[in-house]
Amino acid sequence: MVNHLLDRIQGLGRSTMNSAARLGRANVFLMSVFAGLSGMLVRPGLLIKQLFSVGVQTLIIILVAGLFVGMVMALQAYYALVDFGAEDSVSVMVVLSLLRELGPVITALLFAGRAGSALTAEIGLMKATEQLSGMEMMAVNPIERVVAPRFLAGIVSMPMLAAIFSAVGVLGGYLVAVELLGLDSGAFWSQAQAKVELYEDLGNGMIKSLVFGFVVAWIAVFEGYDCIPTSEGLGQATTRTVVYSSLAILALDFVLTALMFGK
Amino acid sequence: MSETLIKIRGLKFSRGDRVIFENVDMDIPRTGITAIMGPSGTGKTTLLKLIGGQLTPDAGIIEVDGQDVHKLRTRDLYALRKRMGMLFQSGALLTDLSVFDNVAYPIREHTRLSEVMVRQLVLLKLNAVGLRGAVDLMPSELSGGMARRVAMARAIALDPMMIMYDEPFTGQDPISMGVLVQLIKSLNDALKICSIVVSHDVFETMSIADYVYIISAGTVVEHGSPEDMHNSQSEWTRQFIDGLADGPVPFHFDAPPLLDDLFAASGRRRG
Repeated sequence: MVNHLLDRIQGLGRSTMNSAARLGRANVFLMSVFAGLSGMLVRPGLLIKQLFSVGVQTLIIILVAGLFVGMVMALQAYYALVDFGAEDSVSVMVVLSLLRELGPVITALLFAGRAGSALTAEIGLMKATEQLSGMEMMAVNPIERVVAPRFLAGIVSMPMLAAIFSAVGVLGGYLVAVELLGLDSGAFWSQAQAKVELYEDLGNGMIKSLVFGFVVAWIAVFEGYDCIPTSEGLGQATTRTVVYSSLAILALDFVLTALMFGK
Repeated sequence: MSETLIKIRGLKFSRGDRVIFENVDMDIPRTGITAIMGPSGTGKTTLLKLIGGQLTPDAGIIEVDGQDVHKLRTRDLYALRKRMGMLFQSGALLTDLSVFDNVAYPIREHTRLSEVMVRQLVLLKLNAVGLRGAVDLMPSELSGGMARRVAMARAIALDPMMIMYDEPFTGQDPISMGVLVQLIKSLNDALKICSIVVSHDVFETMSIADYVYIISAGTVVEHGSPEDMHNSQSEWTRQFIDGLADGPVPFHFDAPPLLDDLFAASGRRRG
Protein backbone atom coordinates (compact mmCIF):
# COMPACT_ATOMS: atom_id res chain seq x y z
CA MET A 1 0.00 0.00 0.00
CA VAL A 2 2.73 2.43 1.08
CA ASN A 3 4.88 1.27 -1.83
CA HIS A 4 2.03 1.82 -4.23
CA LEU A 5 1.55 5.35 -2.91
CA LEU A 6 5.28 6.04 -3.18
CA ASP A 7 5.25 4.75 -6.77
CA ARG A 8 2.44 7.15 -7.56
CA ILE A 9 4.26 10.11 -6.01
CA GLN A 10 7.44 9.13 -7.81
CA GLY A 11 5.56 8.90 -11.11
CA LEU A 12 4.02 12.32 -10.55
CA GLY A 13 7.40 13.79 -9.75
CA ARG A 14 8.93 12.23 -12.85
CA SER A 15 6.27 13.53 -15.18
CA THR A 16 6.51 17.01 -13.61
CA MET A 17 10.27 16.97 -14.12
CA ASN A 18 9.83 15.82 -17.73
CA SER A 19 7.32 18.58 -18.42
CA ALA A 20 9.61 21.20 -16.89
CA ALA A 21 12.55 19.89 -18.93
CA ARG A 22 10.46 19.99 -22.11
CA LEU A 23 9.38 23.55 -21.40
CA GLY A 24 13.02 24.46 -20.87
CA ARG A 25 14.01 22.81 -24.14
CA ALA A 26 11.20 24.64 -25.94
CA ASN A 27 12.51 27.98 -24.67
CA VAL A 28 16.11 27.24 -25.57
CA PHE A 29 14.88 26.11 -28.97
CA LEU A 30 12.95 29.36 -29.41
CA MET A 31 16.09 31.36 -28.71
CA SER A 32 18.00 29.44 -31.35
CA VAL A 33 15.15 30.01 -33.82
CA PHE A 34 15.34 33.75 -33.13
CA ALA A 35 19.07 33.58 -33.79
CA GLY A 36 18.35 31.71 -37.03
CA LEU A 37 15.92 34.36 -38.29
CA SER A 38 18.81 36.50 -39.52
CA GLY A 39 19.32 33.97 -42.30
CA MET A 40 16.06 35.17 -43.87
CA LEU A 41 17.76 38.42 -44.84
CA VAL A 42 20.26 36.56 -47.02
CA ARG A 43 17.79 33.99 -48.33
CA PRO A 44 14.33 35.58 -48.61
CA GLY A 45 13.36 32.82 -51.04
CA LEU A 46 13.11 30.35 -48.17
CA LEU A 47 10.51 32.54 -46.44
CA ILE A 48 8.52 33.13 -49.62
CA LYS A 49 8.33 29.39 -50.27
CA GLN A 50 7.05 28.77 -46.75
CA LEU A 51 4.59 31.67 -46.92
CA PHE A 52 3.08 29.86 -49.87
CA SER A 53 2.82 26.46 -48.21
CA VAL A 54 1.86 27.73 -44.74
CA GLY A 55 -0.28 30.72 -45.71
CA VAL A 56 -1.60 30.45 -49.26
CA GLN A 57 -2.43 26.77 -49.01
CA THR A 58 -4.48 27.42 -45.85
CA LEU A 59 -6.58 30.04 -47.67
CA ILE A 60 -9.34 27.78 -48.95
CA ILE A 61 -10.35 26.46 -45.54
CA ILE A 62 -10.18 30.00 -44.11
CA LEU A 63 -12.36 31.43 -46.88
CA VAL A 64 -15.02 28.73 -46.61
CA ALA A 65 -15.08 28.75 -42.80
CA GLY A 66 -15.16 32.57 -42.68
CA LEU A 67 -18.09 32.75 -45.07
CA PHE A 68 -20.19 30.26 -43.12
CA VAL A 69 -19.33 31.68 -39.71
CA GLY A 70 -20.36 35.16 -40.90
CA MET A 71 -23.61 33.80 -42.32
CA VAL A 72 -24.49 31.91 -39.14
CA MET A 73 -23.63 34.91 -36.98
CA ALA A 74 -25.93 37.15 -39.02
CA LEU A 75 -28.75 34.63 -38.79
CA GLN A 76 -28.41 34.20 -35.03
CA ALA A 77 -28.06 37.93 -34.45
CA TYR A 78 -31.16 38.60 -36.52
CA TYR A 79 -33.27 36.06 -34.58
CA ALA A 80 -32.09 37.52 -31.27
CA LEU A 81 -32.51 41.20 -32.19
CA VAL A 82 -35.66 41.17 -34.28
CA ASP A 83 -37.85 40.72 -31.18
CA PHE A 84 -36.58 44.04 -29.88
CA GLY A 85 -36.83 45.79 -33.23
CA ALA A 86 -33.05 46.15 -33.25
CA GLU A 87 -32.33 44.07 -36.35
CA ASP A 88 -30.43 46.96 -37.91
CA SER A 89 -27.71 46.23 -35.37
CA VAL A 90 -27.06 42.81 -36.89
CA SER A 91 -23.98 44.14 -38.67
CA VAL A 92 -22.52 45.53 -35.43
CA MET A 93 -22.82 42.16 -33.76
CA VAL A 94 -21.37 40.30 -36.73
CA VAL A 95 -18.48 42.68 -37.34
CA LEU A 96 -17.49 43.12 -33.71
CA SER A 97 -17.68 39.38 -32.97
CA LEU A 98 -15.55 38.61 -36.00
CA LEU A 99 -12.94 41.29 -35.47
CA ARG A 100 -12.56 40.85 -31.73
CA GLU A 101 -12.99 37.11 -31.25
CA LEU A 102 -14.07 34.77 -33.96
CA GLY A 103 -11.69 35.98 -36.67
CA PRO A 104 -8.48 35.52 -34.67
CA VAL A 105 -9.63 32.49 -32.65
CA ILE A 106 -11.23 30.35 -35.37
CA THR A 107 -8.49 31.22 -37.85
CA ALA A 108 -5.88 30.19 -35.30
CA LEU A 109 -7.68 26.91 -34.54
CA LEU A 110 -7.98 26.12 -38.25
CA PHE A 111 -4.40 27.22 -38.80
CA ALA A 112 -3.20 24.86 -36.04
CA GLY A 113 -5.11 21.96 -37.58
CA ARG A 114 -4.10 22.62 -41.18
CA ALA A 115 -0.69 24.30 -41.17
CA GLY A 116 0.56 23.54 -37.64
CA SER A 117 0.15 19.80 -37.96
CA ALA A 118 1.73 19.88 -41.42
CA LEU A 119 4.75 21.78 -40.07
CA THR A 120 5.23 19.28 -37.26
CA ALA A 121 4.89 16.32 -39.59
CA GLU A 122 7.28 17.78 -42.15
CA ILE A 123 10.02 18.68 -39.68
CA GLY A 124 9.52 15.43 -37.74
CA LEU A 125 9.80 13.36 -40.90
CA MET A 126 12.95 15.24 -41.88
CA LYS A 127 14.34 14.31 -38.48
CA ALA A 128 13.27 10.66 -38.78
CA THR A 129 14.88 10.34 -42.23
CA GLU A 130 18.10 11.95 -40.96
CA GLN A 131 17.74 14.94 -43.28
CA LEU A 132 18.30 17.35 -40.39
CA SER A 133 21.38 15.42 -39.24
CA GLY A 134 22.56 15.36 -42.85
CA MET A 135 22.32 19.16 -43.04
CA GLU A 136 24.25 19.52 -39.79
CA MET A 137 27.00 17.31 -41.17
CA MET A 138 27.08 19.45 -44.32
CA ALA A 139 27.80 22.38 -41.99
CA VAL A 140 24.34 23.83 -42.62
CA ASN A 141 22.31 24.87 -39.60
CA PRO A 142 18.89 23.16 -39.94
CA ILE A 143 17.30 25.61 -37.50
CA GLU A 144 18.27 28.47 -39.78
CA ARG A 145 17.36 26.76 -43.05
CA VAL A 146 14.38 24.59 -42.12
CA VAL A 147 12.83 25.81 -38.87
CA ALA A 148 13.21 29.61 -38.94
CA PRO A 149 11.50 30.15 -42.33
CA ARG A 150 8.53 28.02 -41.28
CA PHE A 151 8.28 29.76 -37.90
CA LEU A 152 8.37 33.24 -39.44
CA ALA A 153 5.93 32.24 -42.18
CA GLY A 154 3.49 31.10 -39.47
CA ILE A 155 3.72 34.43 -37.63
CA VAL A 156 3.38 36.50 -40.80
CA SER A 157 0.53 34.43 -42.25
CA MET A 158 -1.74 34.34 -39.23
CA PRO A 159 -2.80 38.04 -39.08
CA MET A 160 -3.34 38.06 -42.83
CA LEU A 161 -5.45 34.92 -42.69
CA ALA A 162 -7.43 36.30 -39.74
CA ALA A 163 -8.05 39.53 -41.65
CA ILE A 164 -9.26 37.56 -44.66
CA PHE A 165 -11.43 35.38 -42.42
CA SER A 166 -13.09 38.45 -40.87
CA ALA A 167 -13.54 40.17 -44.23
CA VAL A 168 -15.18 37.12 -45.78
CA GLY A 169 -17.24 36.64 -42.62
CA VAL A 170 -18.58 40.20 -42.88
CA LEU A 171 -19.41 39.50 -46.51
CA GLY A 172 -21.24 36.32 -45.48
CA GLY A 173 -23.13 38.32 -42.83
CA TYR A 174 -24.06 40.91 -45.45
CA LEU A 175 -25.36 38.24 -47.82
CA VAL A 176 -27.63 36.78 -45.15
CA ALA A 177 -28.74 40.06 -43.53
CA VAL A 178 -29.30 42.11 -46.66
CA GLU A 179 -29.84 39.66 -49.52
CA LEU A 180 -31.67 36.92 -47.59
CA LEU A 181 -33.42 38.68 -44.69
CA GLY A 182 -34.00 41.95 -46.51
CA LEU A 183 -32.34 44.39 -44.12
CA ASP A 184 -31.29 47.74 -45.48
CA SER A 185 -27.86 47.74 -47.05
CA GLY A 186 -27.06 51.31 -46.01
CA ALA A 187 -28.05 50.64 -42.39
CA PHE A 188 -25.91 47.50 -42.39
CA TRP A 189 -22.74 49.34 -43.35
CA SER A 190 -23.38 52.59 -41.47
CA GLN A 191 -24.14 50.82 -38.19
CA ALA A 192 -20.96 48.81 -38.50
CA GLN A 193 -18.95 51.88 -39.43
CA ALA A 194 -20.31 53.83 -36.47
CA LYS A 195 -19.53 51.21 -33.87
CA VAL A 196 -16.23 49.69 -34.97
CA GLU A 197 -13.08 51.39 -33.70
CA LEU A 198 -9.88 51.09 -35.68
CA TYR A 199 -7.49 50.48 -32.79
CA GLU A 200 -9.87 49.11 -30.18
CA ASP A 201 -11.43 46.44 -32.38
CA LEU A 202 -9.41 45.95 -35.55
CA GLY A 203 -6.04 46.61 -33.90
CA ASN A 204 -6.64 44.37 -30.91
CA GLY A 205 -7.92 41.59 -33.16
CA MET A 206 -4.73 41.83 -35.19
CA ILE A 207 -2.59 41.72 -32.05
CA LYS A 208 -4.47 38.61 -30.94
CA SER A 209 -3.89 36.86 -34.24
CA LEU A 210 -0.22 37.81 -34.16
CA VAL A 211 0.13 36.28 -30.69
CA PHE A 212 -1.77 33.15 -31.75
CA GLY A 213 0.41 32.86 -34.88
CA PHE A 214 3.53 33.07 -32.75
CA VAL A 215 2.33 30.43 -30.29
CA VAL A 216 1.03 27.98 -32.91
CA ALA A 217 4.17 28.31 -35.03
CA TRP A 218 6.38 27.84 -31.97
CA ILE A 219 4.52 24.75 -30.78
CA ALA A 220 4.42 23.26 -34.28
CA VAL A 221 8.10 23.63 -35.11
CA PHE A 222 9.23 22.60 -31.64
CA GLU A 223 7.08 19.46 -31.60
CA GLY A 224 8.47 18.48 -35.00
CA TYR A 225 12.07 19.12 -33.99
CA ASP A 226 11.76 17.47 -30.59
CA CYS A 227 9.71 14.43 -31.66
CA ILE A 228 10.84 10.85 -31.20
CA PRO A 229 11.92 9.93 -34.75
CA THR A 230 9.58 6.96 -35.23
CA SER A 231 6.15 6.68 -36.85
CA GLU A 232 4.52 6.51 -33.41
CA GLY A 233 6.54 9.46 -32.10
CA LEU A 234 5.66 11.51 -35.16
CA GLY A 235 1.95 10.73 -34.77
CA GLN A 236 2.06 11.76 -31.12
CA ALA A 237 3.92 14.96 -31.94
CA THR A 238 1.36 15.94 -34.59
CA THR A 239 -1.50 15.29 -32.17
CA ARG A 240 0.26 17.30 -29.46
CA THR A 241 0.67 20.24 -31.84
CA VAL A 242 -3.07 20.42 -32.49
CA VAL A 243 -4.09 19.83 -28.85
CA TYR A 244 -1.55 22.17 -27.22
CA SER A 245 -2.10 24.86 -29.84
CA SER A 246 -5.87 24.76 -29.45
CA LEU A 247 -5.69 24.94 -25.66
CA ALA A 248 -3.07 27.69 -25.78
CA ILE A 249 -5.20 29.72 -28.22
CA LEU A 250 -8.30 29.50 -26.05
CA ALA A 251 -6.46 30.25 -22.81
CA LEU A 252 -4.51 33.14 -24.33
CA ASP A 253 -7.68 34.50 -25.87
CA PHE A 254 -9.19 34.82 -22.42
CA VAL A 255 -6.11 36.56 -21.04
CA LEU A 256 -5.80 38.91 -24.01
CA THR A 257 -9.50 39.76 -23.98
CA ALA A 258 -9.33 40.56 -20.27
CA LEU A 259 -6.30 42.78 -20.86
CA MET A 260 -7.60 44.51 -23.98
CA PHE A 261 -11.27 45.03 -23.28
CA GLY A 262 -11.39 45.01 -19.48
CA LYS A 263 -12.52 48.31 -17.98
CA MET B 1 49.68 3.17 -40.38
CA SER B 2 50.04 6.66 -41.80
CA GLU B 3 49.70 9.86 -39.81
CA THR B 4 46.70 9.94 -37.47
CA LEU B 5 43.74 12.07 -38.52
CA ILE B 6 41.31 11.16 -35.74
CA LYS B 7 42.49 10.54 -32.20
CA ILE B 8 40.07 9.25 -29.59
CA ARG B 9 41.17 8.97 -25.97
CA GLY B 10 39.26 7.76 -22.91
CA LEU B 11 35.88 8.18 -24.60
CA LYS B 12 32.88 7.67 -22.33
CA PHE B 13 29.32 8.05 -23.44
CA SER B 14 26.00 6.95 -21.94
CA ARG B 15 22.35 7.28 -22.81
CA GLY B 16 20.45 7.49 -19.56
CA ASP B 17 21.63 4.58 -17.41
CA ARG B 18 22.93 2.62 -20.40
CA VAL B 19 26.66 2.88 -20.95
CA ILE B 20 27.46 2.97 -24.68
CA PHE B 21 31.23 3.58 -24.52
CA GLU B 22 33.59 3.04 -21.61
CA ASN B 23 37.14 4.22 -22.02
CA VAL B 24 37.49 3.84 -25.79
CA ASP B 25 40.80 4.72 -27.46
CA MET B 26 41.25 4.81 -31.24
CA ASP B 27 43.63 6.19 -33.84
CA ILE B 28 42.30 6.53 -37.34
CA PRO B 29 44.87 7.23 -40.07
CA ARG B 30 44.73 10.13 -42.52
CA THR B 31 44.54 7.87 -45.54
CA GLY B 32 43.05 4.47 -46.11
CA ILE B 33 39.89 2.69 -45.12
CA THR B 34 39.29 2.06 -41.43
CA ALA B 35 36.44 -0.29 -40.61
CA ILE B 36 34.62 -0.03 -37.30
CA MET B 37 32.72 -3.23 -36.80
CA GLY B 38 30.64 -4.81 -34.13
CA PRO B 39 27.24 -6.29 -33.36
CA SER B 40 24.08 -4.21 -33.77
CA GLY B 41 23.41 -1.83 -30.93
CA THR B 42 27.05 -1.40 -29.88
CA GLY B 43 27.01 2.30 -30.73
CA LYS B 44 28.81 2.36 -34.07
CA THR B 45 26.55 5.09 -35.45
CA THR B 46 26.82 6.92 -32.13
CA LEU B 47 30.60 6.90 -32.53
CA LEU B 48 30.31 8.60 -35.94
CA LYS B 49 27.99 11.21 -34.44
CA LEU B 50 30.51 11.81 -31.66
CA ILE B 51 33.30 12.25 -34.21
CA GLY B 52 31.11 14.65 -36.20
CA GLY B 53 30.32 16.67 -33.07
CA GLN B 54 26.59 15.92 -33.21
CA LEU B 55 26.80 14.28 -29.79
CA THR B 56 28.93 15.26 -26.81
CA PRO B 57 30.82 12.63 -24.81
CA ASP B 58 30.54 12.35 -21.04
CA ALA B 59 34.34 12.19 -20.81
CA GLY B 60 37.39 11.83 -23.04
CA ILE B 61 38.55 13.69 -26.12
CA ILE B 62 38.03 13.32 -29.83
CA GLU B 63 40.50 15.17 -32.00
CA VAL B 64 40.00 15.52 -35.73
CA ASP B 65 42.96 16.95 -37.63
CA GLY B 66 44.41 18.20 -34.35
CA GLN B 67 41.23 19.98 -33.21
CA ASP B 68 39.25 18.87 -30.17
CA VAL B 69 35.81 18.54 -31.77
CA HIS B 70 33.87 19.17 -28.58
CA LYS B 71 35.76 22.28 -27.54
CA LEU B 72 35.24 24.07 -30.85
CA ARG B 73 32.90 27.04 -31.16
CA THR B 74 29.92 26.43 -33.46
CA ARG B 75 31.50 28.41 -36.29
CA ASP B 76 34.74 26.43 -36.08
CA LEU B 77 32.86 23.14 -35.80
CA TYR B 78 30.94 23.98 -38.97
CA ALA B 79 34.21 24.90 -40.68
CA LEU B 80 35.59 21.48 -39.69
CA ARG B 81 32.45 19.73 -40.92
CA LYS B 82 32.92 21.26 -44.36
CA ARG B 83 35.97 19.01 -44.56
CA MET B 84 34.03 15.95 -43.40
CA GLY B 85 31.65 13.95 -45.54
CA MET B 86 29.08 11.65 -44.07
CA LEU B 87 26.96 9.01 -45.70
CA PHE B 88 23.93 8.21 -43.59
CA GLN B 89 22.30 4.80 -43.53
CA SER B 90 19.19 6.17 -45.23
CA GLY B 91 21.13 8.44 -47.59
CA ALA B 92 19.46 11.44 -45.91
CA LEU B 93 18.80 13.12 -49.25
CA LEU B 94 16.63 16.22 -49.07
CA THR B 95 13.37 14.88 -50.44
CA ASP B 96 12.11 18.17 -51.88
CA LEU B 97 15.20 18.61 -54.06
CA SER B 98 16.20 16.75 -57.23
CA VAL B 99 19.34 14.62 -57.44
CA PHE B 100 21.15 17.55 -59.06
CA ASP B 101 20.09 20.02 -56.37
CA ASN B 102 20.98 17.57 -53.60
CA VAL B 103 24.54 17.24 -54.84
CA ALA B 104 24.72 20.96 -55.57
CA TYR B 105 23.40 21.82 -52.09
CA PRO B 106 26.70 21.89 -50.15
CA ILE B 107 28.48 23.56 -53.07
CA ARG B 108 25.90 26.33 -53.27
CA GLU B 109 25.87 26.72 -49.48
CA HIS B 110 29.59 27.01 -48.99
CA THR B 111 31.05 28.41 -52.19
CA ARG B 112 30.34 31.33 -54.47
CA LEU B 113 30.83 29.42 -57.70
CA SER B 114 28.79 30.34 -60.75
CA GLU B 115 25.88 28.07 -61.71
CA VAL B 116 27.83 26.90 -64.77
CA MET B 117 30.66 25.79 -62.51
CA VAL B 118 28.25 24.18 -60.03
CA ARG B 119 26.65 22.23 -62.86
CA GLN B 120 30.00 20.95 -64.09
CA LEU B 121 31.07 19.93 -60.59
CA VAL B 122 27.78 18.17 -59.88
CA LEU B 123 27.93 16.25 -63.14
CA LEU B 124 31.51 15.16 -62.41
CA LYS B 125 30.59 14.00 -58.91
CA LEU B 126 27.56 12.12 -60.19
CA ASN B 127 29.65 10.60 -62.95
CA ALA B 128 32.05 9.28 -60.32
CA VAL B 129 29.21 7.31 -58.74
CA GLY B 130 27.75 6.29 -62.11
CA LEU B 131 24.55 8.30 -61.79
CA ARG B 132 25.04 11.20 -64.19
CA GLY B 133 21.98 9.92 -66.04
CA ALA B 134 19.82 10.28 -62.92
CA VAL B 135 20.55 13.98 -62.55
CA ASP B 136 16.93 15.10 -62.97
CA LEU B 137 15.28 12.41 -60.85
CA MET B 138 13.75 13.08 -57.46
CA PRO B 139 14.90 11.06 -54.41
CA SER B 140 11.55 9.22 -54.34
CA GLU B 141 12.34 7.84 -57.81
CA LEU B 142 15.64 6.26 -56.71
CA SER B 143 16.26 2.76 -55.38
CA GLY B 144 17.96 2.42 -51.98
CA GLY B 145 21.33 1.72 -53.58
CA MET B 146 21.03 4.65 -55.97
CA ALA B 147 20.04 6.97 -53.12
CA ARG B 148 23.21 5.99 -51.27
CA ARG B 149 25.31 6.61 -54.35
CA VAL B 150 23.78 10.08 -54.77
CA ALA B 151 24.49 10.69 -51.08
CA MET B 152 28.08 9.61 -51.77
CA ALA B 153 28.33 12.13 -54.61
CA ARG B 154 27.02 14.76 -52.20
CA ALA B 155 29.47 13.68 -49.50
CA ILE B 156 32.44 14.21 -51.87
CA ALA B 157 31.03 17.44 -53.32
CA LEU B 158 33.36 19.68 -51.30
CA ASP B 159 36.40 17.36 -51.64
CA PRO B 160 36.51 16.43 -47.93
CA MET B 161 39.53 15.06 -46.07
CA MET B 162 37.42 12.21 -44.69
CA ILE B 163 34.16 10.39 -45.32
CA MET B 164 32.22 8.49 -42.69
CA TYR B 165 30.02 5.71 -44.02
CA ASP B 166 27.23 4.61 -41.69
CA GLU B 167 26.17 1.04 -42.51
CA PRO B 168 26.54 1.55 -46.27
CA PHE B 169 25.67 -2.04 -47.21
CA THR B 170 22.58 -2.61 -45.06
CA GLY B 171 19.56 -3.84 -47.00
CA GLN B 172 21.30 -3.87 -50.39
CA ASP B 173 21.01 -6.55 -53.05
CA PRO B 174 24.30 -8.26 -54.05
CA ILE B 175 24.78 -6.06 -57.13
CA SER B 176 24.21 -2.79 -55.30
CA MET B 177 26.41 -4.04 -52.48
CA GLY B 178 29.20 -4.86 -54.91
CA VAL B 179 28.86 -1.43 -56.51
CA LEU B 180 29.03 0.31 -53.14
CA VAL B 181 32.04 -1.72 -52.01
CA GLN B 182 33.86 -0.86 -55.23
CA LEU B 183 32.89 2.80 -55.02
CA ILE B 184 34.11 3.21 -51.45
CA LYS B 185 37.42 1.63 -52.42
CA SER B 186 37.89 3.56 -55.65
CA LEU B 187 36.86 6.92 -54.16
CA ASN B 188 39.24 6.39 -51.27
CA ASP B 189 42.11 5.47 -53.60
CA ALA B 190 41.43 8.28 -56.05
CA LEU B 191 40.93 11.03 -53.47
CA LYS B 192 43.57 9.73 -51.02
CA ILE B 193 41.32 10.44 -48.07
CA CYS B 194 40.35 8.87 -44.77
CA SER B 195 37.33 6.60 -45.07
CA ILE B 196 35.62 5.26 -41.98
CA VAL B 197 33.22 2.44 -42.68
CA VAL B 198 30.89 1.47 -39.88
CA SER B 199 29.34 -1.87 -40.67
CA HIS B 200 28.50 -5.35 -39.48
CA ASP B 201 28.82 -6.86 -42.94
CA VAL B 202 32.02 -8.77 -42.25
CA PHE B 203 32.96 -10.07 -45.68
CA GLU B 204 32.35 -6.88 -47.69
CA THR B 205 33.96 -4.58 -45.15
CA MET B 206 37.01 -6.75 -44.54
CA SER B 207 37.58 -7.01 -48.29
CA ILE B 208 38.35 -3.29 -48.63
CA ALA B 209 39.48 -2.27 -45.13
CA ASP B 210 43.10 -1.42 -44.36
CA TYR B 211 42.54 -1.45 -40.63
CA VAL B 212 39.76 -2.82 -38.46
CA TYR B 213 38.40 -1.96 -35.03
CA ILE B 214 35.95 -4.34 -33.44
CA ILE B 215 33.82 -2.82 -30.72
CA SER B 216 31.47 -4.63 -28.42
CA ALA B 217 30.01 -4.05 -24.98
CA GLY B 218 31.16 -0.43 -25.00
CA THR B 219 34.83 -1.00 -25.63
CA VAL B 220 37.33 -1.85 -28.37
CA VAL B 221 37.76 -5.61 -28.13
CA GLU B 222 40.38 -5.92 -30.84
CA HIS B 223 42.02 -3.95 -33.63
CA GLY B 224 44.46 -4.67 -36.40
CA SER B 225 44.62 -5.52 -40.09
CA PRO B 226 41.87 -7.68 -41.64
CA GLU B 227 44.33 -10.63 -41.61
CA ASP B 228 44.90 -10.13 -37.88
CA MET B 229 41.15 -10.28 -37.35
CA HIS B 230 40.79 -13.47 -39.41
CA ASN B 231 43.55 -15.12 -37.38
CA SER B 232 42.38 -13.77 -34.03
CA GLN B 233 41.71 -16.15 -31.17
CA SER B 234 39.71 -13.62 -29.17
CA GLU B 235 36.30 -15.00 -28.24
CA TRP B 236 34.64 -11.69 -29.06
CA THR B 237 36.25 -11.46 -32.48
CA ARG B 238 35.59 -15.10 -33.34
CA GLN B 239 31.93 -14.83 -32.38
CA PHE B 240 31.49 -11.74 -34.52
CA ILE B 241 33.46 -12.87 -37.57
CA ASP B 242 32.11 -16.43 -37.56
CA GLY B 243 28.58 -15.25 -36.81
CA LEU B 244 28.09 -17.48 -33.76
CA ALA B 245 24.71 -17.15 -32.06
CA ASP B 246 26.10 -17.47 -28.54
CA GLY B 247 29.34 -16.35 -26.95
CA PRO B 248 30.52 -13.27 -25.11
CA VAL B 249 27.51 -11.53 -26.69
CA PRO B 250 24.83 -13.80 -25.20
CA PHE B 251 21.96 -15.25 -27.20
CA HIS B 252 19.53 -14.43 -24.40
CA PHE B 253 18.79 -10.89 -23.39
CA ASP B 254 19.45 -10.42 -19.68
CA ALA B 255 16.64 -12.25 -17.81
CA PRO B 256 16.04 -14.31 -14.66
CA PRO B 257 16.23 -18.14 -14.97
CA LEU B 258 13.43 -19.58 -17.10
CA LEU B 259 11.94 -21.75 -14.32
CA ASP B 260 11.77 -18.76 -12.00
CA ASP B 261 9.94 -16.80 -14.64
CA LEU B 262 7.53 -19.64 -15.45
CA PHE B 263 6.58 -20.81 -11.97
CA ALA B 264 7.92 -18.81 -9.05
CA ALA B 265 6.62 -15.54 -10.37
CA SER B 266 3.41 -16.82 -11.95
CA GLY B 267 1.38 -14.02 -10.39
CA ARG B 268 3.78 -11.29 -11.49
CA ARG B 269 2.49 -8.57 -13.73
CA ARG B 270 4.53 -8.09 -16.94
CA GLY B 271 5.43 -4.66 -18.29
